[in-house]
Amino acid sequence: MTATAAPPAPPTPPVTDAAVRKTPRRKRLVPYWLLLPGILWLLVFFALPMVYQASTSVQTGSLEEGFKVTWHFQTYWDALQEYYPHFVRSLLYAGTATVLCLLLGYPLAYLIAFKAGRWRNLLLVLVIAPFFTSFLIRTLAWKTILADDGAVVGALDTLRVLDVTSWLGWTADDRVLATPMAVVCGLTYNFLPFMILPLYTSLERIDGRLHEAAGDLYAKPATTFRKVTVPLSMPGIVSGTLLTFIPASGDYVNAELLGSTDTKMVGSVIQSQFLRVLDYPTAAALSFILMAVVLVVVTVYIRRSGTEDLV
Amino acid sequence: MRWIRRNVVVVAGLLTLAYMILPNLVVMVFSFNKPKGRFNYEWQTFSLDAWKDPCGVADLCGSLTLSFQIAVWATIGATVLGTMIAFALVRYRFRARGAINSLIFLPMAMPEVVMAASLLTLFLNMGAELGFWTVLIAHIMFCLSFVVTAVKARVMSMDPKLEEAARDLYAGPVQTFVRVTLPIAAPGIAAGALLAFALSFDDFIITNFNAGSSVTFPMFVWGSAQRGTPVQINVIGTAMFVVAVLMVIGGQLVSDRRKKAATP
Repeated sequence: MTATAAPPAPPTPPVTDAAVRKTPRRKRLVPYWLLLPGILWLLVFFALPMVYQASTSVQTGSLEEGFKVTWHFQTYWDALQEYYPHFVRSLLYAGTATVLCLLLGYPLAYLIAFKAGRWRNLLLVLVIAPFFTSFLIRTLAWKTILADDGAVVGALDTLRVLDVTSWLGWTADDRVLATPMAVVCGLTYNFLPFMILPLYTSLERIDGRLHEAAGDLYAKPATTFRKVTVPLSMPGIVSGTLLTFIPASGDYVNAELLGSTDTKMVGSVIQSQFLRVLDYPTAAALSFILMAVVLVVVTVYIRRSGTEDLV
Repeated sequence: MRWIRRNVVVVAGLLTLAYMILPNLVVMVFSFNKPKGRFNYEWQTFSLDAWKDPCGVADLCGSLTLSFQIAVWATIGATVLGTMIAFALVRYRFRARGAINSLIFLPMAMPEVVMAASLLTLFLNMGAELGFWTVLIAHIMFCLSFVVTAVKARVMSMDPKLEEAARDLYAGPVQTFVRVTLPIAAPGIAAGALLAFALSFDDFIITNFNAGSSVTFPMFVWGSAQRGTPVQINVIGTAMFVVAVLMVIGGQLVSDRRKKAATP
């Protein structure tokens, strides 16, 4: 402070000095002021609740007497033992739905990115448009589509597909509703746009000349697809998978609307423990286990797919 | 057969599209149904009753209004906060950038039930009264990350030279921001805002946990799934779908015309 040389012939020496020092400092603070409200919001309403939930999960007590932190980790163990079928089911259903989304979504994303020409914008609108009808209404529509005496079930029955799926345990009693197949169908349907849009964005960035080059080098279309298109669309595949798998694993709407008591996912359990049974510690423990499992699966998957810089 | 083999991508893609649109068509068709019982799952007879009287079911339009109000405020809140964060992240280098990036990424990488449940524990511990405000707080929270991502993408692709040029032409910082920066970032901000509105309007899981006794539109639909779905729900679903498609097509036409005007 004192060591700074003052201007030799100062018309307004102290002001300049202060201004010169102050401006960069104020500038340095700009990003922090920009961040402050939003980050505070996330800290108070996202991070802090996690802390509260952690503390709730190790509490014991009852609603009448109140809950106290007793470091009762047994809750976790009990919750896991009682509800591990729900966890397994959630991961299984979410995983299957994600794979189906990828298989169904890739051709459509490819079609929009490379083959649609002037229809491209229309197709994109058609992908996003279903979003605007509340997803609950659309999920309920599947009840009509998959109705026991409806066309879909009739066709599957005539084609003897239901025999196979029943044998696999996906359906039961010649019906699709209230079976795992209906729940996975609903999950796949609901999360398809989350797969298609990232796939489309990464496919769209691929230079079409690369395909031509592969063809010039005598690669068959299948080889071009495997060696050029798929690797270059990897970022889309990874983010699409994550955007599908994570919400699907915690979803309970599809399981409740299209499934039965045998197809309940862990989300349903958390919901009913929290809102109906009011057993807060168990509910908190369950949701922490779900969070941990999802984080582990996601981390392993990101490491495996080699796109860590994505996040 | 040969045509199918050659166009296998087109066929598969269109089949997927059909799978995606099918429920919307069913919703549309069943909005003209006159069901016998409480449930609108089976086709009976054609009728325009529900279209003539969309608010004819108790609480339906009230829940729509509530959802709309929450979505508007959540959009404003999340867009303002999110845009500020996005600018700070793209334009400035400072400590804790990594930590802040993860804090913004985490809400998107968390199953919704987990966020919903933990927020409820916070509100219960604080003794907050569940209702409009708790839902609004929750919606701003989960929309924020999506807005940041949308705006960030746009600001990142912005050429900083344009702002330098404005400054060289003696525009003050405020003028530069209002006249140059904001218009260029606007499409990103608009995309973020639209996304926030759609997410908030359609959210069920987080609202279900934190709404107390207030009923938003998705909660009304959820409740009606158990009690019996009125045809009016299909009417509203269809109307939203049609309006949205028209708006998107209209927007497309406007931007096409602008593009044509810009590049003669």
